[in-house]
Amino acid sequence: MTTTATVRPDDASATALSTTELAAVRADFPLLERTVRGGQPLVYLDSAATSQKPQVVLDAGVDFYEQRNAAVHRGAHQLAEEATEAFEQARAAVAAFVGADEGEIVWQPGATAAINVVAYAFSNATLGRGGDAAERFRLAPGDEIVVTEAEHHANLVPWQELCARTGAVLRWIPVSDDGRLDLSNLDALVTERTKVLAFGHVSNVTGAVAPVATLVAAARRVGALTVLDACQSVPNMPVDFHALGVDFAAFSGHKMLGPTGVGALYGRRELLEAMPPTITGGSMVEVVTMESTTYAPPPQRFEAGTQMVAQAVGMGCAAQYLDELGMEGVARHETELAAEMLKIADIPGVQVIGPLDTANRLAVVSFVVDGVHAHDVGQVLDDKGIAVRVGHHCAQPLHRRFGVAATARASASVYTTVEEVVAFREALAGVRAFFGAE
Amino acid sequence: MSTLEQMYQQVILDHAKRPVGHGLVELAAGHGHLAGESHQVNPTCGDEVTLRVDVTPAGTVAGVSWEGQGCSISQASVSVMTSLVEGADLAEVARLDGLFHDLMSSRGKGLDDDAAEDALGDATAFTGVSQYPARIKCALLGWAALKDSLARSGALATS
Repeated sequence: MTTTATVRPDDASATALSTTELAAVRADFPLLERTVRGGQPLVYLDSAATSQKPQVVLDAGVDFYEQRNAAVHRGAHQLAEEATEAFEQARAAVAAFVGADEGEIVWQPGATAAINVVAYAFSNATLGRGGDAAERFRLAPGDEIVVTEAEHHANLVPWQELCARTGAVLRWIPVSDDGRLDLSNLDALVTERTKVLAFGHVSNVTGAVAPVATLVAAARRVGALTVLDACQSVPNMPVDFHALGVDFAAFSGHKMLGPTGVGALYGRRELLEAMPPTITGGSMVEVVTMESTTYAPPPQRFEAGTQMVAQAVGMGCAAQYLDELGMEGVARHETELAAEMLKIADIPGVQVIGPLDTANRLAVVSFVVDGVHAHDVGQVLDDKGIAVRVGHHCAQPLHRRFGVAATARASASVYTTVEEVVAFREALAGVRAFFGAE
Repeated sequence: MSTLEQMYQQVILDHAKRPVGHGLVELAAGHGHLAGESHQVNPTCGDEVTLRVDVTPAGTVAGVSWEGQGCSISQASVSVMTSLVEGADLAEVARLDGLFHDLMSSRGKGLDDDAAEDALGDATAFTGVSQYPARIKCALLGWAALKDSLARSGALATS
């Protein structure tokens, strides 16, 4: 670990990462040194889409391939032992980082795959797979699955599909004008018919943090299982799945300073043990005959085929990197950047989609500019070396809710500076003039 | 001129603000006219256009009308295309479509063909767009709608 940056959560005067600490963090990320669009410094404000990677994470992948590469969980040779150890140590690091036990973290290609594993487990159980143990995963026509209007497509479409396959009914918690969930009708939405309550921890559009305790309590009252999309929360704030009390959670490696191609499914142990597999094949079995197969216990039951071992090792390294940085400090850093970003609401013609206060929100700020399309906004910012996301951010229903087809979005990570956000604000202030918008 | 200014040329900004042919016109096919409508969406950004075309019995474009929403490049491109193809015969429309696609593949270099660039007229203003791979599809959205609406009208089959 090369980072020297540390924060002291117990020090009330510590606002966030100090200038020195932030400089040390930035020095860990080689890509941040490059220039774009004619030699300008890169201002990367698209970390909610994918984060940049520190050198230690890049090195971890290379080191694995150079020194330890072998198939895991098989073979008796030394390399196989070392590869397996690296793979399982990474799992332990990720588990510790998110408040889970090792056996409760299942490697997946990403968060989308992780959510689909749960959705298809319900499907397979409904078709009779999994025996008596899988009863909690069986759906009948009239059963309901509740999501929210704020979901990323990854936590919406798999549930729509599950409903289409099983006859269950999809319902959703609406979003208020301020971008937060409207829980005024929660008791009517989450009822005895509800079998799953799936929701995002932090919206990738509005940055709003969902009231997890309230939603988990509502689900528990009626015996529904909760599925948390934690993609935006895990990289930017302390997350403890045991403390949150959710049943399942999904998050990706590439948004938390780790590699692409790897993510994780968290499941409470007793649920993973009861859940039928989705992807079947090698490595996830106990005894295979020509007639039938018995399955390995979790997490291996959900890890069929050769796994993305180098990426998993990289994701474990990223979890350790963030852990050493201290997530309390990272969260304060996020709040400080959110406050700086939200000042764009003072620019004439700029409207923020989402909460305007920094309480329970992260530095993910989507906005529209009166008279200028989001793509044109993004292009002018890009001309100054400022990278933002434009489009619907895989959340079309939420955009429809606000009557817009597309927004531009600025988002931060541990390496983002206030100076970068100021540069973004200044560039944004000139956008309407460029297009001659009155 | 910066690459950004090359992309957003004044003619493009003017067309985006005061688009030609904007506002769908009822199609009253008759007297041998053929009419077609097409709705095109760019799924990656949500830009869309609904375009109607009216073709005379002689095979010339009598009128184009459209509605849409999207970035200035996509909306201006439909507008420029409308002013370019109205009154043109179908062979000329096909030639212009081919030339505009060539222009969009030119990576900012243009067509190096004066006759071709004369034919494209204001549409050559989109040369700068071809330097930005992510934006080429914006400029092509309207052309896709025109081609599809002509196909739906049956005019391409009879010409």
